[in-house]
Amino acid sequence: MTETSLTMTPAASAQPNPPVNLPPSNSVLRHARYVVEENPVTGLSFALFVIIALCALIGPYIVPYDPLASNTTATLQAPSLHHWFGTDQLGRDIFSRVVVATRLDFVIAIASVAMVFVLGGLAGISAGFFLGWTDRIVGRISDTIMAFPLFVLAMGIVAALGNTVTNIVIATAIINFPLYVRVARAEANVRREAGFVQAARLSGNGDFRILLMHILPNIMPIMMVQISLTMGYAILNAAGLSFIGLGVKPPTPEWGIMVAEGATNIISGEWWVAFFPGAALMIAVFCFNLLGDGLRDLVDPQRRT
Amino acid sequence: MAKKKPKPSKVDRNAASDLPLLDIHDLTVEFATRRGVVRAVQHINLTVAKGETVGIVGESGSGKSVTSYAVMRILDRAGSIAEGSVMFSGLDLRGIPESDMRDMRGREMSMIFQSPRLALNPIRKVGHQIEDVLLQHAQVDSDAVSERAIKTLEQVRIARSRERYHAYPFELSGGMCQRVVIALALACRPQLLIADEPTTGLDVTTQKAVMDLVVELTRERGMSTILITHDLGLAAAYCDRVVVMEKGHIVETAASSSIFKKPSHAYTRKLMRATPRPGVSLRDLLPEGETPRPKATAKTADKKSSASKTKAGTEAPLLVIEKLVKEYPRQGGAASFMKMFSRKPAAEPDMFRAVDGISFQIARGESVGLVGESGCGKSTTSMMLMRLIDKTSGLIMFNGEDIGEIPARKFATLPQRKMIQMVFQDPTDSLNPRFTGARAIADPLLQLGGISRGEVRSRCEELATLVGLPLNLLDRFPHQLSGGQKARVGIARAIALKPDLIILDEPTAALDVSVQAVVLNLLQDLKDSLGMSYLFVSHDLNVVRLLCDRVIVMRSGQIVEQGATESVMVAPQASYTRDLLAAIPHPPV
Repeated sequence: MTETSLTMTPAASAQPNPPVNLPPSNSVLRHARYVVEENPVTGLSFALFVIIALCALIGPYIVPYDPLASNTTATLQAPSLHHWFGTDQLGRDIFSRVVVATRLDFVIAIASVAMVFVLGGLAGISAGFFLGWTDRIVGRISDTIMAFPLFVLAMGIVAALGNTVTNIVIATAIINFPLYVRVARAEANVRREAGFVQAARLSGNGDFRILLMHILPNIMPIMMVQISLTMGYAILNAAGLSFIGLGVKPPTPEWGIMVAEGATNIISGEWWVAFFPGAALMIAVFCFNLLGDGLRDLVDPQRRT
Repeated sequence: MAKKKPKPSKVDRNAASDLPLLDIHDLTVEFATRRGVVRAVQHINLTVAKGETVGIVGESGSGKSVTSYAVMRILDRAGSIAEGSVMFSGLDLRGIPESDMRDMRGREMSMIFQSPRLALNPIRKVGHQIEDVLLQHAQVDSDAVSERAIKTLEQVRIARSRERYHAYPFELSGGMCQRVVIALALACRPQLLIADEPTTGLDVTTQKAVMDLVVELTRERGMSTILITHDLGLAAAYCDRVVVMEKGHIVETAASSSIFKKPSHAYTRKLMRATPRPGVSLRDLLPEGETPRPKATAKTADKKSSASKTKAGTEAPLLVIEKLVKEYPRQGGAASFMKMFSRKPAAEPDMFRAVDGISFQIARGESVGLVGESGCGKSTTSMMLMRLIDKTSGLIMFNGEDIGEIPARKFATLPQRKMIQMVFQDPTDSLNPRFTGARAIADPLLQLGGISRGEVRSRCEELATLVGLPLNLLDRFPHQLSGGQKARVGIARAIALKPDLIILDEPTAALDVSVQAVVLNLLQDLKDSLGMSYLFVSHDLNVVRLLCDRVIVMRSGQIVEQGATESVMVAPQASYTRDLLAAIPHPPV
């Protein structure tokens, strides 16, 4: 209790009587600042996210070495000032490769999450809103997917469809489908009898308008958390597929492949080959998991008092 | 909260017997919020003598619940007692360690909460929940505990208590659940009982039964009671003394016999005026000096003219309901599970008639009250008229057209939708949390109003002005508006399409009495100026009386009585109507 009042009082004294009507952009920024101030971990995760996003955007232009250029005179060198993360079996600079790989992993994660959000989210809220046959069909499809060990299912899909980035995206989206369906279904089902949905019906909204304009925006906060959590999971899944040789092919820099390539060197003492891409992977997943809480606080209007 | 007082030595109870049981001195409770420190309760003094019943009355936000939480020391994390002391039979409750406090709660002082269903654990049998309390405070050894629990249930007048011992909360009615909560609170014979809105959400006849029970039990045990309520009538009827709170301050303390006769503080007078009671008109509810709008001065004349219009309109009533029936299948989990496996054809389906063949009419410009207790079918009836659910059989003629035949799913986008609108019970629940006030009002206009986007804003502002909503509030989200303001948004949305009939589903049930008075007056003004018909669904005859020309009383899906408001109120024909009227708390006059 003392702790709360300690952290609260400076903020309170700084703005004793904030004006009631602020321009919207200002209030969003203010709200973001409040969310970060209230929970510093959120601030950390946002900072990590910005770094990862920057690596993905401009990584290939700022790295010191060509990530594909091998150098047989400098193989398996330990981390040094020239090669921050050392070099691998072919003498490629691991730092450059880790940074450049960010874009590919990021794109796979975003594409698959966007896909599953649209498909799974729509299927889920339709199931929760219409119930009946829609619910049964959507429910059984997601049950069927859940019946497989998910990673094995992803392996099977990529193996069957072919070893391309597109298919990794599809496979990742499919294995996340049941998670989205369940969350969206439960949330839509709770709100389908709410007063504001009845009121929307009285205002002349048809079923689909109610679904998209009234129910979907209200379940966005919880979906944002889901999106953030599955982003981490999608990155892990893509890396996992590449690790076992399905998915991205060498010599493309990708965290999963790099860990796989470095795994053989660990016993001989060259730990850095697997360590740095593995650490990058861990940090990325960690960042997305933390981001979920912060995002929920940001998009929930109830928090914006 | 920073400095802790030295731990008080145990005071001998007998020596302290001349002290009041509870002595709150100069209490201030603070809450740390985003916007700084909020003082919910400021410098209040309150004593409760042994065996005394004290009512704390106030509207929402007056700090009455916070006071009781401070006494029980169950303020949430952000709240703290900043100043003052709370002495309970000579002990300073602020200085007691939490472990001792836990011991005191339930044994020395206990509490009845507002919602009995939320206060009970839904997955434990009620008998076991009572045993938990008894065992926790070591009142009885474990062999005799179930007998004691059954006896406790008997004491709160639960019939067949031996069977009900094994019941889960969901198997009991709301009133029954509240009795169980009372049994829990009284199981260890505490000295102080705090009842926080114990009957809000209960029917008026159940309210009477529950309050009579609480008063009787506490009297016979010599307990002290604090009754927290927003209903001045209820407090005056059941308490020895009434304390009126406003915005964290106590504004008046008086014996309940005198507070209605000569309230000394302006706020008490305002609260009293706003309380609907027999023999006052709608306009009397507004505070003194606040003149009704100019329109309303001609209201009596208006009423006459609308009454004559009603007579002229009798040949073509706006709404005709004939033999309306709604059936629901009775659901039993086990039964439907068995049905899946049994090869026998399903026996006669077990149907429950929520609405059982009712017939009535509403004329143009008339307002009709539909009164009944929960479960009587009044909400189902209004949902059917609203065309949100389909009828089982019967006739719904609106404006000479049989709208009952149109499936509810298709009705939303038809032009007839404009003609029937609704004001919902809970203003919070009925507004989309992500829509601003303006967007909520604009929704029906955009969907059915057939006006261009450019005109929407000005029409919204017109409507807001009509319902008395300040225009600068239009861009706020529902959670930034007060209850009364949300109610106004809901009303503006309902009248946006100029409907012929508005169904008011307990539109003021979630509002404070003073806000209720304003909203009821607003509804009357709107009816006078726009010439709509109202169907006012409510459980409160006193509120219905103010607004309605005619009353229909429903019970278990059937109409037991209907007629002109005054004749039903003054000379009720059905015995059920008499029961309803008798159960309304009457303050001592």
